[in-house]
Amino acid sequence: MSLDGLVDVARGVISREIFVNESIYRQELEQVFGRAWLFIGHESQIPKPGDFQASFMGEESVILCRDRGGKIHVFLNSCRHRGMKVCRYDDGNTTEFLCPYHGWSYGTDGALVGVPFAKDAYGEQLDRSRWGLIEVAQMENYKGTIWATWDRDAPPFLDYLGGYKLYFDLLLDAWDGREGGTEVIGGIHKWLIPCNWKFPAENFSGDRYHGVSHRSVDMVGIGPSGKGRRDMQERNEARWLDVTFPDLGHSMIAFLRKHDSPIAPAYQDAPAVADYFRRCEEERTRRRGELWRLFGGPGTVFPNASPLARQPRTLAVWHPRGPHQTECWRIYLVDADAPPEVKDFLRHYYIRYSGPSGLTEQDDMENWNYAHAASRGTVARQHPYNYEMGLGRATESFEDHGLKLPGRIADVTVANASENNQRGFYTRWRQFMEAKSWADLKR
Amino acid sequence: MTVDVQQLLVKQEVEDFLYREAELLDERRFEEWLELFTDDVRYFMPMRRNVPADELAREFTREGLDVNWFDEGKDTLTRRVKQIRTGVHWAEQPPSRTCHMVSNVQVLSAAGDEVCVKSRFLLYRNRVETETDVLVGKREDVLRRVAGGFQIARRKIVLDQNVLLAKNLTFFF
Repeated sequence: MSLDGLVDVARGVISREIFVNESIYRQELEQVFGRAWLFIGHESQIPKPGDFQASFMGEESVILCRDRGGKIHVFLNSCRHRGMKVCRYDDGNTTEFLCPYHGWSYGTDGALVGVPFAKDAYGEQLDRSRWGLIEVAQMENYKGTIWATWDRDAPPFLDYLGGYKLYFDLLLDAWDGREGGTEVIGGIHKWLIPCNWKFPAENFSGDRYHGVSHRSVDMVGIGPSGKGRRDMQERNEARWLDVTFPDLGHSMIAFLRKHDSPIAPAYQDAPAVADYFRRCEEERTRRRGELWRLFGGPGTVFPNASPLARQPRTLAVWHPRGPHQTECWRIYLVDADAPPEVKDFLRHYYIRYSGPSGLTEQDDMENWNYAHAASRGTVARQHPYNYEMGLGRATESFEDHGLKLPGRIADVTVANASENNQRGFYTRWRQFMEAKSWADLKR
Repeated sequence: MTVDVQQLLVKQEVEDFLYREAELLDERRFEEWLELFTDDVRYFMPMRRNVPADELAREFTREGLDVNWFDEGKDTLTRRVKQIRTGVHWAEQPPSRTCHMVSNVQVLSAAGDEVCVKSRFLLYRNRVETETDVLVGKREDVLRRVAGGFQIARRKIVLDQNVLLAKNLTFFF
């Protein structure tokens, strides 16, 4: 399907049709969610052999599982015989997945191990080796996060991430600059939002413009220093960079401290926590050199996994549920070796900020809900959304005092905001929707 | 059959308290509602996992350790009320219409100055034109005797849902 007239990134106009149209949604399931690398879960959620956790890839129920030998798999959660879910638990530990319909059972490695009346009913006909659980085409464990794709022609995950790795690592690396070192707090926020999945995906990709959405929480103050919704001093002293990779679809709101600026105070509501982060930042300057100056905010790994790299530190996934509904799954990250009082302080902050019970994001859901609802009408659909902000202001060769950063970057320190990142997201979205296969997408 | 009049009186007192609380919420008298809580209150609402029947011990996310829907004290509750009063909390502007129904009130224990109470709730929320949520579950409260009545020292809210079916929780349980 050609999206001419629907997605015009160069002019900054995008039709509402792509958010509300049923046939475009069906095409997305095939061409975006059937091809892209999708976030599944975190290895710390399945530490032992036999551990499993339910997840989703688009609308498809999948099982993240560590087999008896310790190898991690991602399976379609559907019996090969008649399709019944072989796992209806959220997580646990098992030796097999038993289908409750006709009793086919599968090992934690996906192999079909049990078939009732196999000999008498099937004779020699059933070749069990061909009827194991359907497994993803590729899987990757990246710094503890598990990703998978149904498409064997998709590039390796690290190529899929490309230059965005530098920014995505801001979520997954320890605060003191060591590689990896993050863990998930127990519990996954799961809730339904009455809007198309692209509303939250594009919002997280780089919407700095929606300050009015969160005015009430800024007035009330829930931040780690008692004011606003987060610590702003470090941001206010930094350059504001909207970073996108249009040929990958990934984006992040990033910040670059001035080359000669000191560490800004943060977490002032808890001296022990403030000390911890100050020590980490000092350590980070030693480990990362000039890159110490870079810190992240919200972003989106195309298509539907949204890191929030700093305050609060989370990874959200926007699972599509038809064109008009999204099921959000959200995990929360902390440094694995942070002291208990730091983890507890952050946990409280994450809860009061995030998701349906969070003072900040409650208002996001209201906006996405009624933006979507008011875009469904036949008249509404004839009028596109405006994505013109900051057109033509980005550079592919950003440099600050000798530090070069990858990506198409718009410096919005003065402008406050741009739609550079959203345009990057929809550039790639359109490529996925028009490409016949990964061969076209790899160009 | 002997009737423990004292027990009946306590139960009546508790029910009156819980109904009055529901009234304050539905009338949006949130500041008066906050006064019903002790300064050291814990307000806790876990999430629930689908687990096998013989593993129900780990059905709930844990207070003080995991991510929950609510796991907070009076300070955060007070900020929620202040947020509603800012006039620019869009998720409650225009305000939701709520109806808190409390039933199955059971006094589990009454010792010293604390009374443990379990009840069921049906919380109806309707807003804007047709948006409607029905939230059903149980509450476990610890009520503390103070001059002139009770204050809530602890509230555990058990919502009978796995994936939250409401887009947000901008109201109180």
